[in-house]
Amino acid sequence: MKLTCDEATAICDKSQYKEASLWEKIKLSIHLFLCKKCGLYSKQNKVMSTCYQKLKDVEGVKKTQLSQEEKEFIAQELKTKTAPKR
Amino acid sequence: MSETDKHLLNPEKWVSLHADYLFNYTIGRLNDRDLAKDLVQDTFFSALKAKNDFQGKASERTWLIAILKRKIVDYYRKINSIKGKAEVRMNFYEDGDREGEWLEERAPTDWSGEIEKKIENQELAVVLEKCIANLPEKHAMVFRMKTIHHIETEAICKELGITSSNLWVIIHRARTQLRKCMEDNWFKN
Repeated sequence: MKLTCDEATAICDKSQYKEASLWEKIKLSIHLFLCKKCGLYSKQNKVMSTCYQKLKDVEGVKKTQLSQEEKEFIAQELKTKTAPKR
Repeated sequence: MSETDKHLLNPEKWVSLHADYLFNYTIGRLNDRDLAKDLVQDTFFSALKAKNDFQGKASERTWLIAILKRKIVDYYRKINSIKGKAEVRMNFYEDGDREGEWLEERAPTDWSGEIEKKIENQELAVVLEKCIANLPEKHAMVFRMKTIHHIETEAICKELGITSSNLWVIIHRARTQLRKCMEDNWFKN
């Protein structure tokens, strides 16, 4: 029934993805009621989730791609490998 | 399946048809441009070697992705075994009598005001990116797949051959370390 701070914050992290079970959430709220540090962790964890979402948005915009030269290089390498050996 | 329904391989067109797709798939998991490029190239080479095994049941792309997935899991296993063991793990909680309680110096502290403003600041992504890069590589990989790319828990576990409790331990360690890193370098500086 009683959680350590390590266990409580682990559930707290899991619940940020909405994947903590009901029982886990109950145990967590009891712990948070009693533990100030984990309460702070929980509050800041929500802020962190917002930050991760921001990062996702930024990454979505700057789409990484292979350059034309890189593709040509790979194509060339492939061709060399497919060429019949003498 | 009749002969005419069978998919065929066309290696001359692989790069133009599939390179971007395979590259994006890899970047979503590894976030390392050079590494992703190498894995894509390796995938084409392995595919070429194995092209006589292709039975035409799946499409060319599905077949290539299956090969790429094996490369990614091999890479994950490699970082999990060699580097993973050499990495110094940062502890956040006590051992011994007070096992599982916060280590005083790593416990959360109040973030002074203007949090809203700091979240909106464009620089945030740059600092956060650096914090993620500081994580053990395996943690960064799983964290990104789950948090940035929103891949389902079950799919990640299947792809990397880990259990869901493994996954949550990794996510927990990553998030604990990232919170601390952002506290030190962003919210309190």
